[in-house]
Amino acid sequence: MKFSLEWLKYYLETEASVEEISAKLNAIGIEVEGIEDPAERLEGFRVAEVLTAKPHPDADKLQVLTVNTGEGDPLQVVCGAPNARAGMKGVLGQAGAVVPANGMKLRKSEIRGVESNGMMCSVRELELGEDHEGIIELPADAPVGTSFAEYHNASPVFDVAITPNRPDCMGVMGIARDLAAAGLGTFKPVEVEPIAGNGACPVEIRTDDPEGCPAFYGRVIRGVANGESPDWMQRRLLDAGQKPISALVDCTNYLMLACGRPAHVYDLAKLSGPVVARRAKDGEQVLALNEKTYTLDANMTVIADDAGVHDIAGIMGGEHSSVHEDTKDILLEIAYFNPESIGVTGRKLGLATDARTRFERGVDPAFLSEGLDLLTDLILKTCGGEASEAVRAGAPPSEPKVVQYDPELTRKLGGVAVDEAEQRRILAALDFGVSDDWKVTVPLRRHDVEGAADIVEEVVRIYGLEHVQSVALEGNLGVAAPTATPQQVLERRMRRAAAGRGLNEAVTWSFISEEEAAAVGGGRWVLDNPISEDMKVMRPSLLPGLLSAVRRNLDRGASSLRLFEIGRRYLADGEYPALAVVLAGERDPRGWANGKARAFDVFDAKAICLDLLREAGAPVDNLMVMGEAGDFYHPGQSATLRLGPKNRIASFGMIHPSTLKAFDIDVPVAALGIHLDAIPQKKGKSGFARTHYAPPALQAVKRDFAFLVPGELAAGDLLRAARTADKANIVDARIFDLFEGQGVPEGKKSIAIEVTLQPGEKSYKDEEIKAISDKVVAAAAKLGGELRS
Amino acid sequence: MSELETMKSDALSRIAAAADLDTLEGLRVEFLGKQGSISGLLKTLGKMSPEERQEKAPAIQGLRQAVADALADKKALLEAAELEARLATEKLDLTLPAPETPKGSVHPVSQVMDELAEIFADLGFAVATGPEIEDDWYNFTALNMPESHPARAMHDTFYFPDAAPKGGRMLLRTHTSPVQVRTMMADGAPVRIIAPGRVYRSDSDATHTPMFHQVEGLVIDKDIHLGHLKWTLETFLKAFFETDDIVLRLRPSYFPFTEPSVEVDVGFAIDDKGSRILGGSGDAPGHGWMELLGSGMVNRRVIEMSGLDPDEYQGFAFGVGVDRLAMLKYGMDDLRAFFDGDVRWLQHYGFSAFDQPTLSAGVGAGA
Repeated sequence: MKFSLEWLKYYLETEASVEEISAKLNAIGIEVEGIEDPAERLEGFRVAEVLTAKPHPDADKLQVLTVNTGEGDPLQVVCGAPNARAGMKGVLGQAGAVVPANGMKLRKSEIRGVESNGMMCSVRELELGEDHEGIIELPADAPVGTSFAEYHNASPVFDVAITPNRPDCMGVMGIARDLAAAGLGTFKPVEVEPIAGNGACPVEIRTDDPEGCPAFYGRVIRGVANGESPDWMQRRLLDAGQKPISALVDCTNYLMLACGRPAHVYDLAKLSGPVVARRAKDGEQVLALNEKTYTLDANMTVIADDAGVHDIAGIMGGEHSSVHEDTKDILLEIAYFNPESIGVTGRKLGLATDARTRFERGVDPAFLSEGLDLLTDLILKTCGGEASEAVRAGAPPSEPKVVQYDPELTRKLGGVAVDEAEQRRILAALDFGVSDDWKVTVPLRRHDVEGAADIVEEVVRIYGLEHVQSVALEGNLGVAAPTATPQQVLERRMRRAAAGRGLNEAVTWSFISEEEAAAVGGGRWVLDNPISEDMKVMRPSLLPGLLSAVRRNLDRGASSLRLFEIGRRYLADGEYPALAVVLAGERDPRGWANGKARAFDVFDAKAICLDLLREAGAPVDNLMVMGEAGDFYHPGQSATLRLGPKNRIASFGMIHPSTLKAFDIDVPVAALGIHLDAIPQKKGKSGFARTHYAPPALQAVKRDFAFLVPGELAAGDLLRAARTADKANIVDARIFDLFEGQGVPEGKKSIAIEVTLQPGEKSYKDEEIKAISDKVVAAAAKLGGELRS
Repeated sequence: MSELETMKSDALSRIAAAADLDTLEGLRVEFLGKQGSISGLLKTLGKMSPEERQEKAPAIQGLRQAVADALADKKALLEAAELEARLATEKLDLTLPAPETPKGSVHPVSQVMDELAEIFADLGFAVATGPEIEDDWYNFTALNMPESHPARAMHDTFYFPDAAPKGGRMLLRTHTSPVQVRTMMADGAPVRIIAPGRVYRSDSDATHTPMFHQVEGLVIDKDIHLGHLKWTLETFLKAFFETDDIVLRLRPSYFPFTEPSVEVDVGFAIDDKGSRILGGSGDAPGHGWMELLGSGMVNRRVIEMSGLDPDEYQGFAFGVGVDRLAMLKYGMDDLRAFFDGDVRWLQHYGFSAFDQPTLSAGVGAGA
């Protein structure tokens, strides 16, 4: 909200400077977002008198003026305004001045061969209004040479943010009250002489919707002239960022901006029959002032007459009964609307207006009669006419809240002790009533104050939050105890393990497109109001987001990407932590040592997957490699890792070429995903001591076996069989060769395994080694393997 | 000169002259091999009488030893020379690049969250989490924003079509504050938590993204007041930015879930490059105030709706943008880049896996 210092001073007697006022506004909770000083904008513009005006020798529409600037010799200025003439006073912009409307810096120049030393300005050029017909004409008594800012009484303008709990400060008067309470001057509330009016109001006014519109006050004024509003009012409105429209509209806007009190003026000639606050009928329509037609429903309050709706109550007036230049007789409306219903209606219609903002947050229920008289007074003074008596239908809320307060609370809750007398002074200055035993009566306009904590806030903010001193929280003086949960520890560990493995952590959007979600089986949670179609579905997997990041990186010229993310998957029954990795493009770039670049393959993904699972404390040796990694993956080059057939904890594989195509990626991508919630956590407190271990004294023995096995046998099964053939002696088994083709029968493959035997107390005898070897061969035979000789 | 001495000097000079290991081996066979000349002399010892052997043996043995030593010495010399010659052919251009190990990185948001967890753990705060797809009740109603509350409109909420169990619709949490309510309901009082995480608002421009990160702090106990809030925030910011020169300005504000509500500004200076450097009073020359945190004393209605007795317990809550903290500390200037996954950005602004924040080393990772 904007207001000028000049307007503020109308309600606040103060000697404070702009800086002091600004600092105090911030201190009491009215955040100053900007201060604009027009004196700066109007620098270099001054009151000047045209001494002579002669036609330009080379241009029909131009004149050559001599202008008295109040100092030195008169200046020669070329001017195109039709109203420029000898003897008039206007505003001269001298060389160096910057025209506010277009930012042009004035300088000495030649116009069609004639020297010109500045510019006589129009209203529009100085951003004082729309008029651009001619140059500004100042009264004859305007002092030549005075800076125009000074002559014009240009006032600094504050731009402040009013928090939603303070509709009473959505008018300059309310801000002045707060500032005065904070010691910045004396509050001068508007004083309204009650206006009795002549004769009964000729229009019947009533409220048939006491819930939505508890009070509807109004009166008729006959014989108004709706011209331009006076200069002082226009200037205050302009400073507040409100364009002057017509005297009648300006008067209602003025009331709203000055006192936070929206009102409405109807053209009486357009009304027929009683004017009533009622619920709209379902489907009823109104053409509003913004030239849009709104369809209403029975929960919305409207002001209507026999012919139809004239006002979406408290939000926007109707076009049909709005005032115009030739409006003669008017009906004023000052009503109290239910804040909640205004909010509901406004949201439903998607209509945000200054009036709605104020009504929704709550206008002053005690300012209806005064507001009506104030508006009447403004209109009578500006537009003339004769007012009728006022009609007051219904009654606004009038029962003030009374809060039992304890002055100790500023210390207990606010952390600052405030003298009781000062607390009483502050509350009184804010219009609160305080009894001897600290029953605090809340002014009706303060809808936000509900309890003692609110009173604390009032006292402390006016007293000054700078008085609050830091007080340490009580705590142990010893070493802080660990606070992280096992899941948090796991995530932190996995993150650094992945980064340590050469992967770059990305954070991608939680929402993806429907197509992307479909690629991973579809998402359960679809936004009603997404910001775009690309961000519509809560991701059921982290992979689509990472693949999109891969595409963006490839588009920027990257050739090798190792990305990971730790985040949530959003499923029907909840949110689950996951880690996903994508490896795209080149694993190793072409190089002097290795020649051609090498692309990532599925075993790169498997290696990282197992490394990370090991870091996570998963029993990696017990994992089963199974299928069903999902359609997202290459069907022959993907797998799931499970602890038991149903407990899937990870998947890895090459991304399916069709998926890559859908993501517009043209390099092979290996990927993996780990369900962090599925990794078994150690149960109970395990302590720190490891299980006992002493390295064996005797050297391990290695034996090689080559087996011919059926082509479809999983190598892992053979390996497992070998490893578990004699658990007492075999400590490790590795595959060191795999061969199919020449020399190996059709349908078979040759797998070579190195088995490590660990002797205990004594070295193996030949027959012992033979016995163990026989067990390995027998285990392989069970899987259809035969020892190659 | 005796015959033996002649043999010796002859053998030694031939050994010395041997040019390569093959020649040397030939000489060894010639002198010490089974049929070798010195071996032959040694064999004669067996046939001698003890007296004769005693007389001649030392000279013969001496000859054998001298030749054997000379062979060994020469062999070592030749081997060394040969190794040197071979190594000379094995010279590599060591300006050639070594195989590269890929450089991984931790995202700044994660790094800062780890830093926050570390600092607040020392103040006795645990880390709490809650759902992001949230019930209207937890996100708004329980935080004193009933259906018709005007402040709701300021939240630019993302909604789902699904009805929420406690009324209204399911939505994406607009702040981490619902975790306050959930924590109080689940754990009762006293409470000391921070709740970091993703939050969502339907807003997108240069400084806003529809998803961002917030951290919420909550302390509920008896006798907690604004002074404790101020101390906690000062202590946190001093530890986070690793400077004692942190000046806070509390400003009255409004949040439905706190009463009184305060906005917290931090003083900063503007350096030569026009960047803002936290520190000093914002009122000092060349300084300004930056709005950083929202906070206040938890509204008694929130405490009540969370199942605690507001006459017994009170406390404070605060919220701050994690991305914002990261930008202020580590100097990024574009929030949108946080979520783009550009690997160049990640490697530039990301952190080493070994930058695990610790209090003893300072939680921050130096540039």
